Amino acid sequence: MARVLVWYGELATARSLVWRGVLLVLPGLLWLMAFLVLPGLVLIPLSFAERGPYGEVIWTFTWENYRRLLGFGVLGFSLDNLLALVRTVWVALVTTLLAAVLAYPIAFFIRAQHPRRRYLVLSLVLIPFWTNIVIRTYAWQLLLAPEMPFARILAALGLVEPGMALFPSSLAVYLGMLSAFLPFMVLPLYSSVERMDESLLEAVRDLYGGPVRVFLHGILPQTLPGLTVGVILTFIPAMGMFVVPDLLGGAKHLLVGNLIQQTFYTMRDWPYGAALSLVLILLTLVALRLYRRYGKEVELA
Amino acid sequence: MRLHWLTSAVALGALAFLYLPMLAVALFSFNRTRHGLGWGGFTWDWYVRLSQNPALLEAAQNTLVLALLSTLVATVLGTLLALGLERHPFGPRGRALLETTLYLPVVTPDLILAAALMVAFGFLRQAFSLFEPGLPAMVVGHATFQVGFVALVVMSRLKSLPRELDEAARDLYATYSLYLRRVLLPLLAPGIVAGAMLAFTLSLDDFVISFFTAGPTSQTLPLVIYASARRGITPEIHAVSTLLFLFTVVLVLSAERFTRRSA
Repeated sequence: MARVLVWYGELATARSLVWRGVLLVLPGLLWLMAFLVLPGLVLIPLSFAERGPYGEVIWTFTWENYRRLLGFGVLGFSLDNLLALVRTVWVALVTTLLAAVLAYPIAFFIRAQHPRRRYLVLSLVLIPFWTNIVIRTYAWQLLLAPEMPFARILAALGLVEPGMALFPSSLAVYLGMLSAFLPFMVLPLYSSVERMDESLLEAVRDLYGGPVRVFLHGILPQTLPGLTVGVILTFIPAMGMFVVPDLLGGAKHLLVGNLIQQTFYTMRDWPYGAALSLVLILLTLVALRLYRRYGKEVELA
Repeated sequence: MRLHWLTSAVALGALAFLYLPMLAVALFSFNRTRHGLGWGGFTWDWYVRLSQNPALLEAAQNTLVLALLSTLVATVLGTLLALGLERHPFGPRGRALLETTLYLPVVTPDLILAAALMVAFGFLRQAFSLFEPGLPAMVVGHATFQVGFVALVVMSRLKSLPRELDEAARDLYATYSLYLRRVLLPLLAPGIVAGAMLAFTLSLDDFVISFFTAGPTSQTLPLVIYASARRGITPEIHAVSTLLFLFTVVLVLSAERFTRRSA
């Protein structure tokens, strides 16, 4: 016998309700299956295939793409790819750390505003968050040009050649990355800082805790949820970034994102591109896993 | 709470750091000098020339058409997903599966989504010319990452609606379609509009998906700006970037107002 239930005031069988639900979700579900889930899964067999002479895919089974990824290319062994991988993780880590260091003062600054002005200052962070990444990145090319004050000051100090632009360089990559991801850190962090209980900071101070102790025992435990979300929102997209290293880094500062873009877009080598993408997915999953484990510890504490 | 002066100073410095690049672009969009960065005096010329630059006008039109069409698709699909998921008794397993699928486009790095789309379009192209690089393919790509966001926003609105309203409508013998049209959708409208605004802004903000799916005649403003950043920037690019930035400012501020009023 069919199970009958009252669902949001409607008397119906469970089966008919589920069917209506399936009908409603079906278009969107099929869409996501067709354009995200299935092609994402196809990347796995694709990474074991071979590129044909015209960029077409030859379905075989070969480890060649992964060997190449580790550096065993046609021209012999090279460390370039492995270095790009290590560099990617490193740049993402440094970006995340710098963003966290700058995000705390901003979050506290917003909190300290009069409630009516808070929303305005918060919008100041939201606007860069929503400004197109290409505009924000090429703007750094402009700022770091030889005629602009930064390059002139550094040249006057004898740190760079006069008339030299400050990009492409690793400094430019870090500046671009930081300004790209700082808003991603501030917004979740602020939501934690806003709800913080100040009396706990007073308590640490009353026990003669210095600023370091106030941060470690008063601020950090209370803002950890926001901070972890911020770290995830910064670290994962930072690993997949290619616009910033492309426009500000040049050939010496390639990240995995650049390699993926070049293999898919310029070289039309899908199998190798698929292998690179899977490595990036793997790095993302490892990061998420570490976060989950860490997140659980936070709940226990 | 009183702030240490150093905290305020670092915060203001960091905010300045976020705005300095945009200010430089805006400043140089008024510079008379065409080549190099010497200051040649104030001019509106580059803005005037924008209106006579067919390539940039076409790119602006493509950007808007892409954002509007993809938002439309994503809003319909996302709202249906939210309605189906939030108001129907799927078992815990079905629910978990659906929610995971919804979160996928939200957490996938855009470069990975772009790679997946390129692969999908490559295979689909053999059967449908729709998936050749160009505006239709871009609309599909944008809608794919927007859909999850719209569904999540609409779902959160659905969760906040009191069950009694649904029950009252049903007790008065409203059919499902009448209840949808006269009760649920009007109540849901602020959530749907907020989701659509988010989707629209996401589309304007995108570069990577467009980059991988665009064809020669479907260049958008971010693509044009990227191409000239690699070739050499002209003051016109500064002008168009400044306008796009101002558009973003207006959009963010009005979205903020909207969500405040309907919250």
